[in-house]
Amino acid sequence: MVVKVVMVLCFLIFAPFVGGLVDGADRIISARMQRRKGPSILQPFYDLRKLFSKQLISVNNVQLFLNMSYLVILMIAGAMLFAGADLLMVLFILSTADMFLIMAASSDSSPYANMGAGREMVLMMAYEPLTLLVAVGFYLTTGSFHVETIINQPVSAVLWMPGLLIGFMFTAGIKFRKSPFDLSTSHHAHQEMVKGITTEMSGTALAIMTIAEYYEMILLLGIFFLFFVNSTWWSWIAALVICAVLYVFEILLDNVSARLKWNTVLFGCWIVTFVAGGLNILVLMLG
Amino acid sequence: MIPLLIGIPAVLAAVFQVVRNERIRDIIVYTGAGAVMLMTVVFIAFWIDGGAETVMLYSSTEAVDMLIVAGDVFMMCLVVYLSIKYEKIFPAVLSVVQTAIVLHTDFTVDLPEAPHMMIDWLTVLMCLIIAFIGGFICIYTVGYMKGYHSHHKDAADRRPFFFSMLFLFLSAMFGLVLSQNLVWIYFFWEITSIISFLMIGYTRSEEAVHNSFTALWMNLLGGLGFAAAIEIMAHGHGTLQLLDVIGSGAYLPLMCLALAGLTKSAQLPFSSWLLGAMVAPTPSSALLHSATMVKAGVYLLIRISPAMSGNLVGIIVSSIGGFTFIMASMMAIAQTDAKKVLAFSTVSNLGLIVACSGIGAEETVWAAIFLMIFHSVSKSMLFQSVGAAENSLGSRNIEDMHGLILKIPKLAYIMGIGIAGMYLAPFGMLISKWVALKAFVDSGNVVLVLCIAFGSATTMFYWTKWLAKLISYHRPRVQTEDRTRRDEYVSMGFHAVTMLLLCLLIPAVAKVLINPIVRELFGGTHDVLSMSVLTTMAIMLVSVFIVPAVMFFVSRQSHSDIVPIYMGGVNKGDNRFFINSFGEDEHLYLTNWYLREEFGRRHLRIPSIVISAAVLIVGFCLIIGGVTW
Amino acid sequence: MGKISKSPWLLHYDASSCNGCDIEVLDCLTPKYDIERFGIINTGDPFQADIFLITGGVNSQTAGVVKQIYSQMPEPKVVVAVGICACTGGVFKDCYNIKGGVDTVIPVDVYVPGCAARPESIIDGVVKALAVLDKKQAEMESRERK
Repeated sequence: MVVKVVMVLCFLIFAPFVGGLVDGADRIISARMQRRKGPSILQPFYDLRKLFSKQLISVNNVQLFLNMSYLVILMIAGAMLFAGADLLMVLFILSTADMFLIMAASSDSSPYANMGAGREMVLMMAYEPLTLLVAVGFYLTTGSFHVETIINQPVSAVLWMPGLLIGFMFTAGIKFRKSPFDLSTSHHAHQEMVKGITTEMSGTALAIMTIAEYYEMILLLGIFFLFFVNSTWWSWIAALVICAVLYVFEILLDNVSARLKWNTVLFGCWIVTFVAGGLNILVLMLG
Repeated sequence: MIPLLIGIPAVLAAVFQVVRNERIRDIIVYTGAGAVMLMTVVFIAFWIDGGAETVMLYSSTEAVDMLIVAGDVFMMCLVVYLSIKYEKIFPAVLSVVQTAIVLHTDFTVDLPEAPHMMIDWLTVLMCLIIAFIGGFICIYTVGYMKGYHSHHKDAADRRPFFFSMLFLFLSAMFGLVLSQNLVWIYFFWEITSIISFLMIGYTRSEEAVHNSFTALWMNLLGGLGFAAAIEIMAHGHGTLQLLDVIGSGAYLPLMCLALAGLTKSAQLPFSSWLLGAMVAPTPSSALLHSATMVKAGVYLLIRISPAMSGNLVGIIVSSIGGFTFIMASMMAIAQTDAKKVLAFSTVSNLGLIVACSGIGAEETVWAAIFLMIFHSVSKSMLFQSVGAAENSLGSRNIEDMHGLILKIPKLAYIMGIGIAGMYLAPFGMLISKWVALKAFVDSGNVVLVLCIAFGSATTMFYWTKWLAKLISYHRPRVQTEDRTRRDEYVSMGFHAVTMLLLCLLIPAVAKVLINPIVRELFGGTHDVLSMSVLTTMAIMLVSVFIVPAVMFFVSRQSHSDIVPIYMGGVNKGDNRFFINSFGEDEHLYLTNWYLREEFGRRHLRIPSIVISAAVLIVGFCLIIGGVTW
Repeated sequence: MGKISKSPWLLHYDASSCNGCDIEVLDCLTPKYDIERFGIINTGDPFQADIFLITGGVNSQTAGVVKQIYSQMPEPKVVVAVGICACTGGVFKDCYNIKGGVDTVIPVDVYVPGCAARPESIIDGVVKALAVLDKKQAEMESRERK
């Protein structure tokens, strides 16, 4: 029980910091891949500090409230994961959180935010089946949806669910907002949809949304972590290293690819889900 | 008590034919609906007071049996008359054939006396749904129909007929869920089919007549399956008890009953009747085609689900359910008409419930019952709010609901709660989905697992985009007058409160209502989900629910300056117009994604009907051929 | 260093430029100049921008756009006029459709002359703008404290 409370507190307190550092590292690595120097690793924190200090402007009076709900619900989802609770419930709550982000963007009733929200919905539809299948995969491999049971297995789950891991990398690509899947918002200027869902978010609202994204990033890395961890102590270190490698792979993908059209993303993801995920589940069920 | 439950609404139905004064009629509707609810509560209180045991009633019923036979013949005559009048042959043939089968059984087989009615927890649950959801829909109808007829001048005002049908329908539903004898169930089953047919044709427009006959023949086909089951059970097994069908383990009558259940719950390939039924006035859509009548099919399937566990019938039923779940939810994406979306989502949700009952495990039936409760409440609420919005906006296109939260806030909140109830985290749909997914995995059915995974994604998409439309802060050009009457708000308010309470009281509902039902159906002693698991889940979900509420007040503390939305710097200033490259004002119009090319009904309808029909036909062939699995 | 000068995000708008200065602005993002070192991000969105960087003189069509975008930026904000046209109207000054420099429409904090302005001078201008930003933020905070 004490361990759980500590884990949850650690997540709630440190996730934004770790997330910020990962984001900072991400920006440096991306810059180096483009033969640039890149900003300081602390840059995300400078950005956040600035955003909080700016004048609060908005286009309506509900956007901030929806953004805050997005943040807090993500925190709940993450806290549940780190408390060793039910993985499927975590994923359900995660999608509820995303809903609030979409609502925040739609409430603006502006062309660019609306387009971003629409695309975000399509993206949700693209990754949702796979996330559910990942939970099912863990259930079939370990006999439980509970994270607590999953991490105490003698062998890592990834041995039984390689197809789902491949699929989950697609999902994570979408969730981390990396090319070729970054349809709904963008880190780069002069895109056809400005900043997509975040177009009308400024100052505090944007800062809250960014912090929420950090929580989400840690949550997703946590699920990656579940693939590799088992009851031995060294597997924790190995899992951390592999998570880092996977994240660098996502960065590489981000830098070498252009964004896809929405229908390619949707049906591509579905086909991967169907083939890699479905086959993996089938094998697990037969076995 | 039971004769009163069935009798009161039936008598009221007759009264409406006599009373022509509008004021008096309204009062009768209010008191009648109230009386039905009160009767149900008293009835259940007495039953629980008597020990809440399963009660079998009415063993010798010569006179009533004769009445029922007469009723069957009367309905056949009605169908034949109307079919000839509108030159449709197929429904007449179906009706004659099935009535002949039932009469043949009635007169050739002499069976030992057995109870005709039964009261158990499942019956009680159904009675509650019928009385309260149905009763409040009747109250809603009073206000709605006034608005309806001030809009639709072309349709003849046949309100006495409409109210008669509503109350007659309640009476038939009570009879259906309380009956235990197959012939009696069949009788009430046919009444619901025919009322539905008459209600769809309310406006008597060409489209309405056509759609009503589609509904009629499809439901009669299910009735034929029912009649066949009666014949087989009577001749082959010497009994007409529903419980004996489950006990006998014979596949063919089971499959025939399942066919009846599938048609009534509008599963593929029979879903087109429910979509066509949307031409009817909204209360009949709410009452018949989403909240209660289609639940008759689901009710029958849940009743027989223990017998479908792990055999061929179960596999057929659950495959069709799972397939319907995903296909209907995909087709819902491409719809702009709010009622059509609700229709598709009804079909799709019923698909999930059917799939659960087809698996026939304790967990799935538990989930199915939960889904049924939530679906009844929130679908009824959604239909009512769409109806009310249509009366005020003059359109039921989702595109016209852009910014409803500023136009008619009350309706937008009610609609929002209804939509959230259909798929979002704080509401019970998710717990049932959780249980269903787990049970599907346990039963080793990979196809169903994939169906539920993809189906929830598509379900999420079409609800989210609708919710996003409602919540858009777009100042309307003209003020919309809210024409919703008070009785409509009373009904919708009741549904909204019920929805929220259900969400808060999930563990209690499971303990008091659902667990006893599952125990009775399966004879088990343990609970599907332990109380501690349920309670923690409920707490987590409720916390998700409280967050927005708290955040709402927190965010009120901050002051923000309102600026116009970003339109590349050419916003006219009021967020409604922008200046185009000719220097002229252009109206901003934001539309949802409908993905017609990908998910349009045109592309998906035929393949889905062909595939599901093939599954059904092959299944029937295998079962008639005597394949046991 | 102030809160804002470590993470200035800029919005680039072409009021009527010949694209010469625009190319130079984009130049600053390339590996050779790499302004992201300073945490500068070229965002396309006024709601998230701190520095409004304008190239080209203002004409009657873009005047309203410049004003509106400026109004959509949260305080503290600065405006940098890049290139001689943005500063004064340049060679187009007397054209029938040109109103003049950016300062005919909105207050400008830093002028970066040149035709086209060199990347070095643009970066120099932006760095000068950072000092203005810090000052404005300090003023804003002291106003709030009162």
